Amino acid sequence: MTKPATPSLPPSLAANPKLSSWINFAAGGKVVVSPGKVEIGQGIVTALAQIAADELDVDIARVQMVRATTSASPNEGVTSGSLSVQHSGRAIRFAAAEIRQIFLQAAAERLGVALDVLTISDGTIAGPGNVATSYWELADDVPLDRDATAGAQPKLSGQRTLAGHSLQRLDIPDKVFGRPRFIHDTPVPGTLHGRVLRSELSQATLTDLNEERARKVEGLVAIVRDGNFLGVVAETEAAAEAVAAALRKGATWSARENLPEEDELAEWLKQQPAETAVISDKKAASHVAVKRTIKRQYHRPYIAHGSIGPSCAMAQWDGTSVRVWTHSQGVYNLRSDLALVFKLPRENIVVEHMEGAGCYGHNGADDVALDAALLAKAVPGRPVRVQWSRADEMSHAPFGAAMTIEIEADLDANDEIVGWRHQIWGNGHTARPGRADNPTLLAASELATPFPRAISVDPAPASGGGSDRNSVPLYDFPAWHVEAHRLKVMPVRTSALRTLGAQGNTFAIESLLDELAFERGEDPVAFRLRHLSDPRSRAVVEAAAQRAGWKPAKQDGVGYGIGFSRYKTTGAYCAAVAEVEVGEDIRVRRLTLAVDVGEAINPDGVINQIEGGAIQATSWVLKERVRFDRTRITSSSWTDYPILRFSEVPDVEVEVISRPEIDSVGAGEAAHGPVTAAIANAVFDALGVRLRQLPITRDRLIAAMELSS
Amino acid sequence: MSNIRFRLNGVETAIDADPDTPLLTALRGPLNLTGSHFGCGAGECGACMVLVDGHALTACDTPLWSVVDKDVVTIEGIGSEEQPHALQRAFIAEQALQCGYCLSGIMVSAAALLKRNNNPTSTEVKAALDRNLCRCGSHNRMVRAVLRAAAEMRAS
Repeated sequence: MTKPATPSLPPSLAANPKLSSWINFAAGGKVVVSPGKVEIGQGIVTALAQIAADELDVDIARVQMVRATTSASPNEGVTSGSLSVQHSGRAIRFAAAEIRQIFLQAAAERLGVALDVLTISDGTIAGPGNVATSYWELADDVPLDRDATAGAQPKLSGQRTLAGHSLQRLDIPDKVFGRPRFIHDTPVPGTLHGRVLRSELSQATLTDLNEERARKVEGLVAIVRDGNFLGVVAETEAAAEAVAAALRKGATWSARENLPEEDELAEWLKQQPAETAVISDKKAASHVAVKRTIKRQYHRPYIAHGSIGPSCAMAQWDGTSVRVWTHSQGVYNLRSDLALVFKLPRENIVVEHMEGAGCYGHNGADDVALDAALLAKAVPGRPVRVQWSRADEMSHAPFGAAMTIEIEADLDANDEIVGWRHQIWGNGHTARPGRADNPTLLAASELATPFPRAISVDPAPASGGGSDRNSVPLYDFPAWHVEAHRLKVMPVRTSALRTLGAQGNTFAIESLLDELAFERGEDPVAFRLRHLSDPRSRAVVEAAAQRAGWKPAKQDGVGYGIGFSRYKTTGAYCAAVAEVEVGEDIRVRRLTLAVDVGEAINPDGVINQIEGGAIQATSWVLKERVRFDRTRITSSSWTDYPILRFSEVPDVEVEVISRPEIDSVGAGEAAHGPVTAAIANAVFDALGVRLRQLPITRDRLIAAMELSS
Repeated sequence: MSNIRFRLNGVETAIDADPDTPLLTALRGPLNLTGSHFGCGAGECGACMVLVDGHALTACDTPLWSVVDKDVVTIEGIGSEEQPHALQRAFIAEQALQCGYCLSGIMVSAAALLKRNNNPTSTEVKAALDRNLCRCGSHNRMVRAVLRAAAEMRAS
C-alpha cells in the first residue's frame, strides 16, 4: 500500500507554521495580515492583501497589513529576487485557506448546521434559515496559535474574486497627499539627529582629528569615534549638518591606491585571483564537426542603486537592548549582523521595517542602521535618526558588480550552433547581512577592532545564482559549458542589484545570437524561435514581435532589436522589442514587451513593475557607469552619475500573457536583461556597429565606427 | 538668527532661523512639513520642490532669506484627501508611482506647469518635469497623470 502524499506547505509557511503569526481577526471587523516581506516601492503589500481577502472572503478594506518586525513577524528572510508573491503570497494563501476552514467548522458547530451549507460573505458566515455568525464573533473561541497543516486546499483560480484585478495600491494615497509614510518623515518623539562622516577616499584611514571647531557648534550632543568610524549627534538636523561640516574640516584621511584603472576594468576583472565554478555542462548527443568558432567579449560596469532618498535609520538603546527602525529588505538578517557587531544575543535587538525610497537591491539601508545604532549608543535612552548624504549614497553603498563575459560559439558547416562556451569574471553579487560569520555592514569594517571586509559571494545556482544568473542558455543548443570566475579581491564594494548577473549575461547571449542570425541573413526573431521549443518562451517572443509590428520598414538612423529571457531560468518570461533612433545622440523611442508571470495577481502591478524595469534598464544601458580613480569613487552626485530623465524616456507598451492556472512568479526583474539586449541589438540594426560594452554611449559608438571604417 | 516671515500654504508664518538655512531644512524641521523630501541637497533631483510665488524651486538649495514675504506652497498645500488637487486625483487614478519618494516634487513641478499652461502636450509635460528624477521608472505614468489632470482642469 502506498501512503497518501503528505500535503506540502509553501516554504515560508513551513518555516513559520503558526497560523496566528500570519493572520488574526481584530476588533472593529479587521483582518490583520502580517507578512515577512516588506514594501520597497513595488506594491507588494497590496498584492498580499488581495490574496488574503480573496481566500478569506472579506472586503479588502478590512485588511490591515502589518510592517515586518523581528518582534512579531514571520521570518521570510530578504525581500528580494522577485519572490514575494511566490513566498509570502503562497504562505498567506495557504494560511488563509486553513483559517477559513477552521472557522467554517467552528461556525457549523455554533450554528448547528452542516459545514458544507455555509457560505462566507465579507466575513459573515451564514447558513440556511438566516443563521449567521462571523470571523469576529467566533475569534475568541477559535485559537489560531496552532501550526498550519496544509489540510485545506486554497481556492482554485476561477473561485477568486480579487486576484487578477488591478486594485488600487493601499500605500498610494499617503504618498500623493504628502503624509508621513517614509522612514525619513517619521522621527520618533524626542529624536536626536546623527550624521556619519566618511572620507571620499575608498577604505580610508582617519589619521588625524581636530574636534575643536565642531565642539563650538550649538546643538552638539556627541562626537562618536571608533577607529575609522566617525559620527556626530546633535539636537536638530540642521545642527547635525553644521557639526558634521565643522568636524570634516578637522578630519584628515589617507588611503592607498586600492582601485583598478577605470579604463582597464574589463581586462582587470579577468586577471584577478578567482574561484572558478562550473555552472552547467551539456554534452552533445553526437559528435559534430566544428567548422569555425566565434568568440566575443562583453562588459558591464559597476552600477549604482541610486535611490532617490538617501539611506536612513533610527536606533534607540535601553541598557543592553536596542531597537532599530530601518528600510532594510530583511529585518531578521539585519538583526543577525547587528548582534555580531554588538556581541549581543539576537533577542536583545528588535528591528522594525519602515518604508524607504525605492530599493533595487542591497543598498545602504542596512549600513545606515548600524551607523544609527553606533551613534545612539553614545546617548543611551535617546532615539537617534541618521540620514546619509547623497555623496555617501553614491559612493559608499554597495554597487551592482561589474562583469566581463566571454562567449565562444561553435558553428558547423551550415553555420548552425553546435557548441557554446560562456565564461564570466567579476565579483560576487551578494554580501547581504545575516548570512555569514562576520557582519557585512559597512561600519563594521571601520571600527577600531574591525571585522574583516566581506568579499561578496554568489547565491547557489539552485537559488537563481549570482554572477551566473541567466548564463545557461534557454535555447535548444546541442552542447554548452558555462563557468563563473568569482573574484577573491574586492576593491569596489559590490552586492545585490536588481537581476544580479542576469542583465549582463542576457546582454551577452542575446547580442551574440543576434550577430549569428545577422551573419546567416536570418531574421533575429525567426532565428530565436527556431531555437526555442518551450511554448511559454515562444509565446512571449511572438507576442512582443507581433505587438511591435516586427519588423517595421527600414528608415535611416532607426533600428529595431529584440531580446528575450526567462528570469532566473525559473521565473517570469519576458521579451522586448526596442526601437532606437541614432542621430546626434542615441535615443530609445519605444519599447514593446510581452511578459508571462503565470497568474497575475494585480495585473496593473505587473505592468508597473515591467514598465519601471524597462525604463530603469534603458537608463543603465544608455547612461550608467560608476566612475572612479585609483583612490575613490568619483561619481558621487547626479551630475557625475546621470540617469535617464523625463525627456529621454521611451514609450513603453506591455502585454501581460495571463495564465491564472499557473502559480505566480515575480515581475520586478524580468525586463532588465531583455531590454538591455533589445537596445544593443537595435543600435546595431540602425548603424551596423555592434557595441559590446555597456553603457552604450555616443562616444563609444563614434569610437567603434572609426575602428570599423 | 533672524525672524523670517513668509506665507506657507496660505498661512502667514514666522520662524527664527539663520537666513542661510535651506528652506527644506526649515520645512522638514521646525515647520514639521515632511512631504517635501531630501534627495541630494544640491538641487539636482527635484525631490524637495516647492512653489515659491508659483515657480517650482528646489527647497534644498533655496535659502530662507530668499523667500521672505513670498508665497511658499508645499505638497501639503497643493491639496488634501478632503479637497484633492486634480493632479492628486489623477496620480491615484493612473497609479502613477512605484516608491513615491520623488512624487511630491514631481506634483509640485506639474502644478507649476498647469498654472501657466492648462493644455500641455506630453512633450511639454516631459520638458517641465526634466529637473525631477525618478529612479523607479514611473515616468510615463506620471506624464499620463499630468495630462489627465490638465484635461480635468480644462473641463471644470
